[in-house]
Formats: sequence, C-alpha cells, structure tokens
Amino acid sequence: MTTLEAPGTRPAPRRLPAWVGVIPFFLFAIAFLFLPIAFLVIGSFQTIQGEFTLQNYASLTDNSYIQTAYVNSIQISAITAILGGLFGFLLAYAVILGGLPGFLRDALMTFSGVASNFAGVPLALAFVFTLGNVGLVTMWLEDIFGFQLQESGFTIYSIAGLAIVYMYFQFPLMVLIIAPAIDGLRRDWREAAENMGASGFQYWRYVALPILMPSILGTTILLFGNAFGAQATAFQLTGGTIPIAPVVIGAQIRGDVLRDPNLGYAMAMGMVAIMGVSITIYTVLQRRSERWLRS
Amino acid sequence: MTFLELKHVRKDFGAVVAVQDFDLDAETGEFVSFLGPSGCGKTTTLRMIAGFETPTAGAIHIDGRDVTTMPPNKRNVGMVFQSYALFPNMTVAENIGFGLKVRHRPGGEIKRRVGELLDLIHLPDRGDRYPYQLSGGQQQRVALARALAIEPSVLLLDEPLSALDAKIRVALRHEIRQIQRQLGITTVYVTHDQEEALELSDRIVVMSEGRIEQVGSPFEIYNFPKTGFVASFVGTLNAIPARIEDAASGQLLLGGQHIRSASPFEGARGDAVAVALRPEMISLEGIEASTADSGDNRVRATIEEVSFLGAVVRFKVRVGEGDESARIDVDTFNNPNLAVPSTGSPATITFPPDACLVLGRDTGIRGVDALAAAEAML
Amino acid sequence: MSTGTTDRLGMALNVATVAASEPERRRRRPLSTAGAWLIFIIGFLYFFVPLFATFEFSLRAAKRDPVTDELIKPSLAAYENTFADPAFWSSLAYSFTVGLITIAVSLLLIVPTAYWVRLRVPRLRPAVEFVTLMPFVIPPVILVFGIIRIYSGPPLALTNTPNGSDILLVGAYVVLSFPYMYRAVDTGLAAMDVRSLTEAAQSMGAGWPRIIWQVIFPNLRAAILSGAFLTLAIVIGEYTIATFLVGTKPFGPYLSLLGQNKAYEPAAVSLISFGITWAAMGMLALLGRGTRGRVQVAGAR
Ligand SMILES: Nc1ncnc2c1ncn2[C@@H]1O[C@H](COP(=O)(O)OP(=O)(O)O)[C@@H](O)[C@H]1O
Ligand SMILES: [Mg+2]
Repeated sequence: MTTLEAPGTRPAPRRLPAWVGVIPFFLFAIAFLFLPIAFLVIGSFQTIQGEFTLQNYASLTDNSYIQTAYVNSIQISAITAILGGLFGFLLAYAVILGGLPGFLRDALMTFSGVASNFAGVPLALAFVFTLGNVGLVTMWLEDIFGFQLQESGFTIYSIAGLAIVYMYFQFPLMVLIIAPAIDGLRRDWREAAENMGASGFQYWRYVALPILMPSILGTTILLFGNAFGAQATAFQLTGGTIPIAPVVIGAQIRGDVLRDPNLGYAMAMGMVAIMGVSITIYTVLQRRSERWLRS
Repeated sequence: MTFLELKHVRKDFGAVVAVQDFDLDAETGEFVSFLGPSGCGKTTTLRMIAGFETPTAGAIHIDGRDVTTMPPNKRNVGMVFQSYALFPNMTVAENIGFGLKVRHRPGGEIKRRVGELLDLIHLPDRGDRYPYQLSGGQQQRVALARALAIEPSVLLLDEPLSALDAKIRVALRHEIRQIQRQLGITTVYVTHDQEEALELSDRIVVMSEGRIEQVGSPFEIYNFPKTGFVASFVGTLNAIPARIEDAASGQLLLGGQHIRSASPFEGARGDAVAVALRPEMISLEGIEASTADSGDNRVRATIEEVSFLGAVVRFKVRVGEGDESARIDVDTFNNPNLAVPSTGSPATITFPPDACLVLGRDTGIRGVDALAAAEAML
Repeated sequence: MSTGTTDRLGMALNVATVAASEPERRRRRPLSTAGAWLIFIIGFLYFFVPLFATFEFSLRAAKRDPVTDELIKPSLAAYENTFADPAFWSSLAYSFTVGLITIAVSLLLIVPTAYWVRLRVPRLRPAVEFVTLMPFVIPPVILVFGIIRIYSGPPLALTNTPNGSDILLVGAYVVLSFPYMYRAVDTGLAAMDVRSLTEAAQSMGAGWPRIIWQVIFPNLRAAILSGAFLTLAIVIGEYTIATFLVGTKPFGPYLSLLGQNKAYEPAAVSLISFGITWAAMGMLALLGRGTRGRVQVAGAR
C-alpha cells in the first residue's frame, strides 16, 4: 500500500491507477491458489510425456478403483447431507419455533459453531472412543442390553460408521445456516395466512416450507460438498482401507498409487468439478432465498 | 344496522394495559378509522377483531355472532398489513387466490375471481409477477385484493399506507375508499395520520393511551373536539396561555388584552388557562378583504414570521409582551393580491368568540396538559 | 432473532394473561413442544456422548501408585504423560506459531484489499469475492496436491529448502482463511462509514499507512479478532495440508500419529483439541454478539 501516494496533503506528481492497490492480494492468490490449481488442470489434460490428451478423463470412468472411490464419496456425502440437513432443520426449528426455552437457542448456536468446526483427527478419535471396539457406547450396549455391536455387523470403520462421524459436523452446519432463514419467516406471513382461513398445516404446506425450501435445498447441497471434500476424518478413521475420493488423492500425493500422476490430476479435477457444482447451486438458491426474505 | 360491535373490550399485556373500555358499533358498510398516536392501542384493537389477540375482557360481535375467542382462520375477516405481508414465494395471482385455495374452491372459480380483483386494483396484467417485482404501492394494492378475495365480512387495514411515498399515499387512499364504497364492505382503518382519517372516514375513533377519546364524524371531530387531546391531535391548533377575568361572561385576558369565549368554562379570576384556537379561524386585519364580525375578538399583535405553505400562508404573530406574551399561528388562503406584511410590523388579529375553546389545567382531560402544551408553543 | 423471540414472548404473555378468563386458542404447530424437546435431546446426546466417551477413555489409563505399587484406575495418567511429552508441546507451539503468522499475513492482505475495494475499486469486488470463495470449492487435499506439485520441482523448488515447506504451509492456510477473514472484515467495514472516516483522516493530513493502521484497523477490531480466532481454530486442528507439507511437526499430524501408537493419550489430546476449538468459538460468539451474518464455519476436514 505504501507505493500509493498519500492523498491531499502532498501534490501528486504521478498517480498510480487505483487497482494497483489490490495487486498484492491477487499475486498471493495466484501463488498459492491459482498456480497450483492450474498445474493440476493442465496436467489433467496431458500425457506423462506432456502431450495433450483427454484420456485421463476417459480413464476416470473405466478405472474401477477410482469409480469405487467416487461412488463411496458421493454415497457418504449424499446420505450425511440429507440426514444432516433434515435433522439440522428439525433441530433449528425446534429451538426457534418449537416452544423451547429461549436460552437453548443460544446454546445450540454456540454448540453448532464448535461442532461444525470440530472435524478431522480428533473427531475421528472421539468416535473411536465412543463406538469403537472398546468404546464407551459399545460397552454400554453390551453391559446394559447385552447387545454385541461388533456381532451385529456394525463397525465404526465402515462407510456407515464414517457417515455417523460426518453427521457430527453436518447437522450443526445446517443449524447455523438455516436458523437465520427460519428467523426470516415473518409473523405477518403466518397471520396473513390464518387471516385468509389457512390452518397451521396449510400455512406450513403453502407458505413457510416453500419459502424455506431454497435454503433447505441449498444448504443440503452445501453439506454434500462439505462432506465430499473432507479428508482427514476419513483417513484417520479408516487409514485408507475404504477408498473415498479425497483419501485416494491423499494416497496419490504420498506415492503414485494410481500408477499415473496425470490420472491423479484428472481425479482431483473431478472432485473440484463436483464441489464447484454444489457450491454454485448453493449460491444460486441462497440468493433466491435472500431476495424473498428481504422483499 | 350494527354489524361490528366491540363491547367493553380490554387487553392487557402483563402489566401493560394496551386497550381498555373500548366500545364501538359500526354499521354495515361503514368506514371507521382508529386515529391516535403510536402506542395508543390501535393495532391491538384491530388484531383483536382479526383474532390474533384474545381480549382480556369484553366481547366482539360480527354480524350478530360472538367471535371473541374464535380462531382467526374461522372469522372471515380480511386484513391488510402495514408491511404488505405478501407471500414472497407466490405470484400476485397466487397471493390473491390463496384464501380461496385453502377453502378448496375449484380452480376455474379462483381464476375468475383473481381476474376480477386484478381489474379492481388496476393491475390486470401483473398476475404472474412476484411481489419483489412490484413497487410498494402495487404490493399494497395486491395485499388489498388478497384480503378482499375471500369476500370478508369486515375489512381491516393497519396503517396500510405508512410505508409509502407521500404522492402514492394520497392516490392509494382514494383508491381504497373508492373500492370500499363500491363493495359496501364494513371497514376499520388504523392510522396515525389525521389527514387520512379525516378524508376517508365515515366515523373516526380518536384514541389515546388505550382509551377512546371521542367518536364522531370527521366534521364533529375537527370542529367540536370534546377533549384537549382531540383538539390538539386533530388539525393544527394554537394553544395560547391566557388568564380568566370572568368565567360567567366568558371574559379572558390574552397577552394583556380582553377577549371573549363563547364556549363555557369555569374558574376563578386570575386562573391560568389555555385557549385553543385553530389557525384558520383567525384573520389578519388589512391583508385581505375583511370577513370580521362586529362581535369578533380583536387583538393587537406583531408579525414575527411569514411562511408560504402552498395554498395557505401561515403567519406567526406575537401577542403581548414579557411573561404574558404568546405566539399564535394564523392561516390565510394564498392569493396574488395578498398584501403581505413584513416581519416586525404591527397587525391586528380577529377571531370569533365561538372559535375559542378554553382548556384548564384541571379540566379532567387526560393525555395532555393543556398549559404545558401552551407553554411549549411559546 | 427478533421474530422468533417476540413470537415466543407474545405467546408466553398471552398464556399468562388469558388463562384466567378464556382458554387460549392453542397455536397449532406441526411439531408439538414434546417433539421439539425430543429432537433437542437427540441433538444434545449426539453432541456430548462422544465428548464424554473421549473423556471417560482418557481416564482409563492406569497409574502405578508409588507407595503400594497398585494400579489406580481411573487416573489422570494420560494427561500427565501428554504434558510430559515434549513432542506435544513442540507441536502445539509450532501450530500456534503458524497460526499467528497466518493471521498476520491474512490480515495484511485482506484488510487493505477489502478497504480499497470498498473505497476505490468497487468494480473489482466480484473478482475479489470470487477469489475468497475459491477455498470452498477447492478441498484442502486438492490445494495441497497442487502446491506440492508446483513447488517441488524447478524453478520453484521450495519443499526441499529448510523453511520452504513452512512458508508453503502458511501460504495454504492464508488461502484457507480468505473466506471468513474477508467476510468478517467486509462486514466490519460495512458497519462503519469507511469513506467519511477516510476523508476525515485525510483532511487532518494522514497518509495511507497511517489511515489504515490507525483509523481502519482499530475500528475493525471485533471483525479482525473474530476472523483471527476462527483462523487459529482451523490451523491448530488442521491435518491434511500439514501432514503432506511438513509431516508430524504440527499438532494435527502429531495427534494422528499418537492415535496410531498410543491407547489413552490420544483421548486426552483430542479433548484438549476440542477445548481449543471451543475456546476459539466462544471468543467468536462473544465478539459476534449483536453482529449478524458473521461466517462461523470453515468447512469440514
Ligand atoms: N405483544 C405485546 N406484548 C406486550 N406489549 C404489547 C404487545 N403488543 C402491543 N403491546 C403494547 O400495547 C400498547 C399498544 O400497542 P399498539 O396496539 O401496537 O399501538 P398502536 O398500534 O396504536 O401504535 C403499546 O404500549 C405496546 O407496547
Ligand atoms: Mg400500530
């Protein structure tokens, strides 16, 4: 910033254009964001000899290992997004409109802020201590109900287990994002609906839910992306035994498990594309909802 | 025939008494306004009629039926909200048809009715717009159509124009009145704007601090205010400090000069009172063709300020000197032939004795301390 | 906030005052209050059972009584071992240091940029916003993938130099901090009248560095602090980028390694890590009181 002349006090012999002021920011973004990503993008369109090819992307679909990884990732992300979204919405609804004491709402918002940021290694470990072979809940189930969790076929080191762990940061994120939207439901709307003869159910069916729907859908899609990009939690829990897309990328960084670095780049780009689509849909839906809630 | 009836209605919010002793009989097709300052209980009363609040005591009847505790969605009362409260997820047509849809009316009927209403509010081609695509005035017209769609027995409007620009406000209030006449629907209109109430209403209920101050036609409310509050809240009012000379004959001292009031008052010689006088009832001698009567009060004054308010010219004049002096607003219709006096020049004001309403400090009028108001005007 | 609260207030008051005269018409809700409680309790259990289990697990470590030579359970042995482990302290110190440097760099980039965009080049706003939202689209594992590939070979071979990897780590974290740092600062700028403040300062003869340092920064304190605490919480717990760039030096990879080698100590350290997140979020909640729309989430890892 010091390259710019101070205003007013001194005469300005030669003024730099104003956009010069944002150059440091963009230079930094280029160095640590765009160049690295560009490297992957370019690499994904190259053969190992550096020639242009689309083969890497074609290979994405016929490599069964990569496919399994994507399918697992999409499955786990979709399940936790839908369940997390549903439960998060119900929870936010319960504390805001469900007639619970007001302080619970503040408590929930703080919890949600913490839980949605509490991910990765410690979260995975916490669930091992809870539902792992000697976890507290595993032992409770055995001691109190005589229920053998392991023999029921469930293990925390599975896709289902991973889904349970992901839920820990999924539904709080839903709560954080959907709560302002529920707050945005104006009392006037409910009263106008009642005034025109609508029952409580009709109000929800025709007014409240449709107004909230873009936010609910958008946030659910955001949750999908949120789970899709998470690497540390899954890696810590399963150590790579269950192939999911970010874990496979991680393995690819460590050593060339795909036996083709350029295929790795294409796979990374596939992830970015899925993330990009979900964030875009989220942004579009969120805009619509904001417009509604403002008008 | 009485259509809407409120009997001794009262509403408490915890320790706050929002409305009390509220009695009203509205005729079929009548346009009644609730007029009063913010917080005086207008909205609360309206919401009790709509069913959003249940009265703490008293009863509400619509068309002979007791609706006091009936849920709002059973009342068939149309309400227009200050904030429009249009459903943002629905088009204009869907908003208007909502009440019919929840009543499970056939689609064809809804469509026809929505079309009629769109014509009624002069937005025939806006049916498929969304609320955020409309201006504030258009949105409020849609809200009105939506309230009317269910053919309500009573139409309630809560400050429907207060969020709009001045110009649209005036145009829309004419439109509301015209639609109301056309449909002959009993209407309660809440406003804190006296101009609106005076222009629109068949009857005005002036409220203050949860109570009714006066109920009457706009003519009565404006010309024969029963309390100091009504006098000061409706129209512009001079509240001029004066002293009683002789209550029996109506003699007063205003700025050291004798005047007479035709309306009766009580008090002992020397008591401080306030004389309420509308600016348009006062004339300035010499600047326009005199309409003064021989029996009119004549008071010497000094011109302090002249302001042009468009059709009206307002003079601020001072009467008397020192402690006993008072400042008075005088209104005259503007015309090119006015001989406008310069500030500082002497003048004589005249006003008829029956235009003077005398308010004492202990007239039993709540809400206003007439003398404090008079002093504040100095 | 307001609608919900006044609604509840209104309902509570209605019930209180009307009970004596008329039975209040029940507000019909799709969910009864009992249902709301049920959902809340499930959420509560989901949140606290894993924490309690972790705590319980951390106490399972046995300790030998020095006098009787008996094993004592439960004990705080896991915590004692952790605090006695120099690697624990060094990893925590490393992550804190990286976090603080990240915050400093991020602020130096974001505050002047957000300010300048608001004041002088609003047409670049969409571009800046796009950049700050990119980390939502690029998962950390992809970001670190790209960074490693581009900086591991010539002409930019940084990963092999002594501090090169540390620099790359800070760079990646700064990028990661963009979304919430920018939002926090931009909201803060929106709340104050940037133009008038700037012009007032200019008219008193202040130059740009002084304006930014002495006028804008102090007025952004709450926004900056909340961005900083979130950054700190993220950086200290971060695993993916850290492990690929600098191995087990930072706290996240340290905990991961511990989780593979030890039984009870990882529980103690997980709980400590949770405490750090909680503290940072608590500060954020405190700072964010009364301000709306503050971004509180950096995303999963
Ligand atoms: N839900 C409520 N809870 C507590 N007090 C209320 C509530 N609604 C209105 N009041 C109080 O009742 C009084 C009348 O309010 P209102 O009817 O809204 O006035 P107006 O519409 O004339 O401005 C005010 O003092 C207001 O604070
Ligand atoms: Mg009101």
